[in-house]
Amino acid sequence: MSVAAIRRALVSWEGFLLLVLVALITLNAFASPFFLTLSNQINLFQLSIEKVIVALIMTLVIINGEIDLSVASIMGLSACAFGFLFQIGVPASVAVALVLALGVFCGAFNAFFVTVAGIPSLVVTLATLIAFRGFARVLVEDRGIGDFPDWFDALGQNGLLGPLPFAMLLFFALAVFLFVVLQRSAFGRKLYFIGSNADVAAYSGVDVKRIKATVFVASGLVSALAGLLFAARVGAVRGDVALGFELDIITIVLLGGVSIFGGTGTIVGTVLSILIVLNLRNGMALVNITGHIQTGVLGVLLILSVLVPNIQRWFGSLFPRERTEP
Amino acid sequence: MKTLIARLGPDTVRVLALLLVLAAVVAFFASQIDNYFNARLFNRISTSVAIIAVIAVGQAFVVLTRNIDLSVGSIVGCVAYFLGGLVAAYPGIPAPLVPLIAMAFGMAFGLVNGFLVARFKLPSIIVTLATLAIFRSLLVEFSDGSSITTGSLPPWLVEFARIDAFEIGGLRFRWLVVIALAVVIVAHIFLTRFRAGRRFYAVGSNPDAAQFAGIDVAGTVMRAFLISGALSGLAAFLFLSRFGNITVVAGLGLELSAVGAVVVGGVNIFGGSGTVIGVLIGATLINLLDTSLVRWELVSEFWRDAVLGLLILLAVALNTLLTKRLLARPKTALPPPSTTPPPATNAAKDAP
Repeated sequence: MSVAAIRRALVSWEGFLLLVLVALITLNAFASPFFLTLSNQINLFQLSIEKVIVALIMTLVIINGEIDLSVASIMGLSACAFGFLFQIGVPASVAVALVLALGVFCGAFNAFFVTVAGIPSLVVTLATLIAFRGFARVLVEDRGIGDFPDWFDALGQNGLLGPLPFAMLLFFALAVFLFVVLQRSAFGRKLYFIGSNADVAAYSGVDVKRIKATVFVASGLVSALAGLLFAARVGAVRGDVALGFELDIITIVLLGGVSIFGGTGTIVGTVLSILIVLNLRNGMALVNITGHIQTGVLGVLLILSVLVPNIQRWFGSLFPRERTEP
Repeated sequence: MKTLIARLGPDTVRVLALLLVLAAVVAFFASQIDNYFNARLFNRISTSVAIIAVIAVGQAFVVLTRNIDLSVGSIVGCVAYFLGGLVAAYPGIPAPLVPLIAMAFGMAFGLVNGFLVARFKLPSIIVTLATLAIFRSLLVEFSDGSSITTGSLPPWLVEFARIDAFEIGGLRFRWLVVIALAVVIVAHIFLTRFRAGRRFYAVGSNPDAAQFAGIDVAGTVMRAFLISGALSGLAAFLFLSRFGNITVVAGLGLELSAVGAVVVGGVNIFGGSGTVIGVLIGATLINLLDTSLVRWELVSEFWRDAVLGLLILLAVALNTLLTKRLLARPKTALPPPSTTPPPATNAAKDAP
């Protein structure tokens, strides 16, 4: 790695996020001796595992120039569908498969209205946010369903590889997979292409509708998976599983440097953003800042993250850039 | 038929299509529910539509300029709380001043959004997603978990939401409803008859062209957020009067209903076209569905949201389809480009 490459990496958004993350971890480590313990780090990850898994796939949706507001409702619906199926006597393993299929269906439902009917995804997924949540309530009404088999609960709770829980391994596997898809595959390149200019992509022979549909279906599938993980971690489901998670998920993705207009962003950025958000929340909890205030601080951070390019440009205009190439 | 549509113009066609959907919904439920169609239905729907309609009209101004305001629910919560605290501490404030104070409060919040969006050119969806959280956390911080109670408010304020302004043949118009209607009418006249109003459409349908035409684009966007803030403040006054008890979760989720009313009402989410009359019908349609589904014996109460979400989607799809079909006519009679929705593939780039 040459000096220029290192310099480039440092001034990139991901480099900036890395600096913030290191600063945050250092601060937190001073604030509490328990912070840096492995169990605390795993614990803070584990408690948000469903959100962060969906943030990975949301990265693709937004890069593609769309938005999926219904993810949290799909999570809720999936968790409730699992509880419902389990309660009427379907074996848990079959129920898991059926719920994943349901996630694919939900994604396809969104995709149909976005690509075939031509309704903006913001509108479609706003409506399905309400509808899918409604179906979750239809399935479990006002009950809570629990007592799942031990092997199922273990997926969300216990360590699989040493202290690493199954869900965390799943997260890293998905992150690596989506990284490869985005940065190394033709599909990934088309995704960025569509996100930066869907019309030009279509005229260049890219099957815009098919790729958009694929991304929505993937979003549905991953959201269903996250719903199952929620059910496994908590060991019970209710109609309000994952209620309101969509805002946190979108905040994480945008903070990771993904443009809301599509076409830019990386999985690395999203993963760094996830670590920042988790450590920030954990650190604030350590100094007794709670709930809505934490969310407020994240809001300020979100505005700052979109302000940074403006500040950079303004700063850059003060100091004309010197050449770094020899 | 075609010439009639050409003469009516696309906005009128859209409103008529919406009215058709509304009539179909009423007819459907009238056939399903005994004694459905009566004055009580009107009284109930109109009262609960009033608050959301006021917020949705403000939202429409923002959406017309190609932006979105997701923070309205938090603004309503904040203003209702601060206003409640203010009138509880100073019960002597003259009644007509109170809604004006509420609007000023709301405008202050709108100013924050407008400043960040218009001056710094930040995407409104991100700014208002952030201020949605920030305003709410301000409320939590200031209220320290305490709430406003009906008992601490002056009696006139608590009474206000329940007083009828006038009555026409059993249809009772409460002051709440009259204020909402006034907001819709004033906004409609402003948007359709005044040059300053047409600027919102110009900015939304093509910001670059508007800039070249000498329109102050940033200023117009700023005004849209100020209007949205002010109307959210007015809605907060109505909210305070209607519910009396204000906790830190007051107004939570109102942004969804407001955006829902705007899109069902046929305002193009990518800016440039739509009417506030449509928004009023959109808000009414959603509320009518919501209320009617509760009374429909065929479905249990748990089905309410499921059916509501699907019907919203259906209403938007139907409206999109009807409008597209009705507006598809010979090139010579094409409406100005600004009024046709952009093709779906182009949609992503123009997202607010």
